[in-house]
Amino acid sequence: MNNTVPDAPRLALLYTRVRVEERMLLDAFESIGVPIEAIDTRSLAFDTTDPEPWTRFYAVIDRSLSLTCSITATRILEGFGVRCINPARAIEVCSDKLASTIALERAGVPTPRVCVAVDEESALLAVESIGYPAVLKPTIGSWGRLVARVNDRDAAEAIIEHRATLGSAQQGVFYVQEFIDKPGRDLRVFVVGGEPIAAIARRSAHWVTNTARGATAEGIAITEELGDLCRRAASTCHADVVAIDLLECPRRGLLVNELNHSMEFRNSVQTTGVDIPRLVAEHAIRIARACRAEVAACR
Amino acid sequence: MMPTQSTVQSATCPECEGEIAFQRRPLAGEVVVCVGCSAELEVQTVEPLVLALAPEVEEDWGE
Ligand SMILES: Nc1ncnc2c1ncn2[C@@H]1O[C@H](COP(=O)(O)OP(=O)(O)OP(=O)(O)O)[C@@H](O)[C@H]1O
Ligand SMILES: [Zn+2]
Repeated sequence: MNNTVPDAPRLALLYTRVRVEERMLLDAFESIGVPIEAIDTRSLAFDTTDPEPWTRFYAVIDRSLSLTCSITATRILEGFGVRCINPARAIEVCSDKLASTIALERAGVPTPRVCVAVDEESALLAVESIGYPAVLKPTIGSWGRLVARVNDRDAAEAIIEHRATLGSAQQGVFYVQEFIDKPGRDLRVFVVGGEPIAAIARRSAHWVTNTARGATAEGIAITEELGDLCRRAASTCHADVVAIDLLECPRRGLLVNELNHSMEFRNSVQTTGVDIPRLVAEHAIRIARACRAEVAACR
Repeated sequence: MMPTQSTVQSATCPECEGEIAFQRRPLAGEVVVCVGCSAELEVQTVEPLVLALAPEVEEDWGE
């Protein structure tokens, strides 16, 4: 074990489950020599009038697996003036596909065309206006869950009815995206502190290319075009650490499909040769140091 | 169970009763996969060390 860095800033990591990623992050801090307190978000009762337990941290990394936990904790901590990684507003933009689409569109970052409806009948209109095949997704969700390709009107009617009948309230938002006829893979770029640090391509025989769904990943080079696009996408969502998913459209070129605020990287360290958890930890330490300097300057 | 030099703590798999060995001090909420039966387990409490089957994925979980 390394010695502790003498002037280490105080940090915490919030989690709901310690997966491989959280372990890798904690190990990275240990090897750098900066102690970090791992806190189970589920065990906390926040008193919104009492910042005292939190103000000793200069930065808090949120790695909660549950979005509800992430948003709740970061909102409260930011209310106390604690710097969160990622900030609540970044989590809000990344976790909600509609919010991501709006942010990307506003910033002029190319993204697949999207139509949205909140009623069954207008949902069908939304699908028809996108054209077939279309892709219907829950606005909140991950790992390719409930992402459906809609090939014709019959399928559209069936899926819309299922969602309306069986889905939760949040699935009452029909988010319809144009289908991108990508070359059997999608791209994922890891961005830390605004800089793209590593990229992979996820390949699968199925059109859903999530590694959680059995796709295989390989490291790829970050071209200038890819890097620029990802820098813009990352600054749009205000995330310190973000994984950006892109589709290669035969007509429009690179399109940003998705932003992930709590990225998974366990299979990407080997494939890219980039020590992603270490770079994340180093960036978090940089942020914490800067926050400490700011606090000191205010005294 | 394969002998490891660095097992710091171990527990019993609630599914197959095989041994789950920890190379690091376990944390509450830590997820481990049983080598015997492939069950996904979650550390419920560390003192005493109790494992339970990990819950199903919930709607708001993800990246
Ligand atoms: N419009 C589309 N056209 C073609 N393929 C798509 C489209 N949207 C999604 N896909 C494929 O489906 C996969 C899952 O979609 P998406 O990433 O939007 O869902 P998700 O549940 O948020 O997954 P995750 O956050 O884990 O990447 C993508 O990786 C991509 O391969
Ligand atoms: Zn077992």
